[in-house]
Amino acid sequence: MKLNRRALLQLSAATVSLAAFSLPARAQAIEELVIAYNVNLPAWDPTTGPSAVNPTIQGIYQSVFDQYILQQPDLKPAPGILTEWGWNDDKTQVWMTVRDGVTWHDGSPLTAEDVAWSLARVADPATGSPIQFVWGTLKNHRVEGNKVLADVAQFDPTIFKWMYFLTGYVLPKAYYEKVGAAGFEAAPIGSGPYMVEKFERDAYVRLKANANYWGGKPEFETVTIKFVTDAAARVAEIESGNSHVTLEVPYEEYDRLKATLTGTAIPVSDIGMIFLNDIDVMLDPNVRKAAAHAIDKQTIIDRLLKGYGVAIDTLETPEYDAYDASIKVPYNPDLAVKLLADSGYSVDNPVKFKIQTTKGFKPKDYEMIQAIVGLWRKVGIEAEIETYEIAKHYELRAADQLAPAAFYNWGNSVGDPTTSTGFAMFGPSPHSVWDGKDLIDMIVPLWGEADESKRIDGWKKVDAFIAENALVIPLLQYVQPILSAKGVVVTPHASGALLPYLMKRA
Amino acid sequence: MQFFQSVLLRLSTTFVTLLGVAVIVFFVIRVVPGNPIAMMLPPGATESDVTRLTALYGLDKSIPEQFLIWISGVIQGDFGTSITTKQPVLQLVLNRLPATLELSVMALIIAIILGGLMALTGTRLRGTKTEAAIDVTNGMALSVPDFLWGLILILTFGVLLPIFHISGRVTPSLQLPFTTNFYLTEAVLRLRFDLWLDIAAHMFMPALALAIPLAAIIGQLLKQSLKETMHLDYVTLARTKGYSETHVILHEALPNAILPTLTLVGVQFTFLIGGTVIIERLFSYEGLGNMAIDAVINRDLPLIQGIVILFAVIFTGFNLLVDLTYAALNPRLRHA
Repeated sequence: MKLNRRALLQLSAATVSLAAFSLPARAQAIEELVIAYNVNLPAWDPTTGPSAVNPTIQGIYQSVFDQYILQQPDLKPAPGILTEWGWNDDKTQVWMTVRDGVTWHDGSPLTAEDVAWSLARVADPATGSPIQFVWGTLKNHRVEGNKVLADVAQFDPTIFKWMYFLTGYVLPKAYYEKVGAAGFEAAPIGSGPYMVEKFERDAYVRLKANANYWGGKPEFETVTIKFVTDAAARVAEIESGNSHVTLEVPYEEYDRLKATLTGTAIPVSDIGMIFLNDIDVMLDPNVRKAAAHAIDKQTIIDRLLKGYGVAIDTLETPEYDAYDASIKVPYNPDLAVKLLADSGYSVDNPVKFKIQTTKGFKPKDYEMIQAIVGLWRKVGIEAEIETYEIAKHYELRAADQLAPAAFYNWGNSVGDPTTSTGFAMFGPSPHSVWDGKDLIDMIVPLWGEADESKRIDGWKKVDAFIAENALVIPLLQYVQPILSAKGVVVTPHASGALLPYLMKRA
Repeated sequence: MQFFQSVLLRLSTTFVTLLGVAVIVFFVIRVVPGNPIAMMLPPGATESDVTRLTALYGLDKSIPEQFLIWISGVIQGDFGTSITTKQPVLQLVLNRLPATLELSVMALIIAIILGGLMALTGTRLRGTKTEAAIDVTNGMALSVPDFLWGLILILTFGVLLPIFHISGRVTPSLQLPFTTNFYLTEAVLRLRFDLWLDIAAHMFMPALALAIPLAAIIGQLLKQSLKETMHLDYVTLARTKGYSETHVILHEALPNAILPTLTLVGVQFTFLIGGTVIIERLFSYEGLGNMAIDAVINRDLPLIQGIVILFAVIFTGFNLLVDLTYAALNPRLRHA
């Protein structure tokens, strides 16, 4: 065949037409929902390994697996696989009633035996559950009819909250024992609203609606979750119509695109904060308090995050159980100057320390710290910024070797004070770098406090003590931007999990 | 004799290189900050939980001890198990390798075509404004990094003129009858041109982004070689015989001028594979590079080791192949 110019042009036109033909039809009604997700899904077992404690993956897990207890979009618990639950009077036993009529994706019934086995499995240290220390507080799991009973090895008032938190998933006993861990990874089944049809690691997962789902069949028959880890690519995905829903795009792009698409932005259970390590100059309360009062959180949110954020003064957000609106640490640069002067510091003789931060791990993290350092400089604090990877942060924090100040974000999708203030500020915890004995003494009795209102009040007092003494600097509650095509209505979840089950046709 | 000595020498140096890479990567990733156990600690974990998890993943042993366990496994073909995916490392990397190889080969083909066209056109129209325009284009292509080309292509052909797919390797709703992970190749062999087209539409933009800087290098070098060749006596003789300028370039000058370019292409191909890391991430392409970034972020030590070793095998293997081919083609070595 002789390739002349006309033939070349014809061939090019045909290729482009065919390529365009293979793209999704943008103008058609949405039959198959496509979501551009911001993370990869490394593994399917939601109870073991690093993925099990990765909050950003939980939305995918919750599409396929049921948690013991359902968590509603406002973080409140609701009957799920367990319809009722509680302790006996002397809190030596727990009991749980398992919902009737629930089936696994292979059609077999979900029984109390599955629930008891799932709980016992993650309580066994050999399973490798990162949350074994919680599940291990229950022992002797047993079944009586549709009830599961277990003895309390060590009383944990938050045990039922963990049943809708990390690793709190019900897995199919018979299937898991039959196929083993490797077989389960290859072909996972759960009892959730969607079934796994096809999974291509690092690329996508294709889900089919579970027609027998106890909560009702999902609106979209097929959902494809594409793993698009680059934010610019996610923007292009939604803008081009290749995907119908995406999340975690830059706020500037969110503002630009929400004019033509549907934008949803609500505060989620993820906060930005500055850890203060009780070393060097941070042992001086005046320095800590000055550092806290010198930060204009609202201006930082308005200027850097386009207003998408909620300023906070404790590690509790308004949705959390121990939130106390009366605890305030106001922006007061004059007070900061005075406090520093009391300790002999001034703009001409600034107090010096290092602040560590990630760069690009959270929206505008580095820029926020730059702004804070600028505000500090005005009152007499000279902070040197050191950037590090998040992996280094974890290692330094676990070893209690963070710099005097270190930026971090903290998620707490169950909203209990133990999983925010508690673990972040309790000295013996590997997550805390504040080791003050007075604070430890305040927290210790609260771990096992059986009276719920007394427990929550206790945590509020702890938060007030922390704020008064500036033992940590809470900055903001993050807002999660979600963009969707006009044909899709997304119900956001305050945990930050993007759930296809909660998406409907417009 | 000298040829076989050369082969033996290259094989032994390749082995030493790979061993060196294995040692370096193993020790370096354990020394740099960030350990996988700290990454997976949930709120409330205690020191005993840290100890338990550290032991579970075999990180409680000394680094030399861990190395001996790992290297003895590698010798037996066991590269360990990925911490994040819980899958055998060898299986994971071998599953991803075809995607990266196909992307690299496609990028190489595009680069050769684009670079070749620029060089030939520039030579044919030397001294004109077109040559100047080609030189300017070459300079731009070379000075802009591949990931930026990726973003420009996404904006142009993904959003403004949505012709190509932005992410992935194939449309998820398609049923793939493939038995290997060489999707593009297998689609041709099975005469499934519908699938081939879909896969090519996914691969085109990342491949083009990778190809543009390489095309510029090829274009520059080939054009320079052609320019030098065009002044040689045998080319002048061809002209005096009355051959057209295009004939002279294609049939007389090009066969000689292309040799240095081919050598360069061989070397650049290994760099091209290295360049896939960022591009695969940008286009959410499920290749080795994308997997490597996740492995580093998650501090998945066995997977990082596996990927680096595989990259090293590809690099050294390709260089070995080039060297041996050169030795085989070199008459002085072949007949010695």
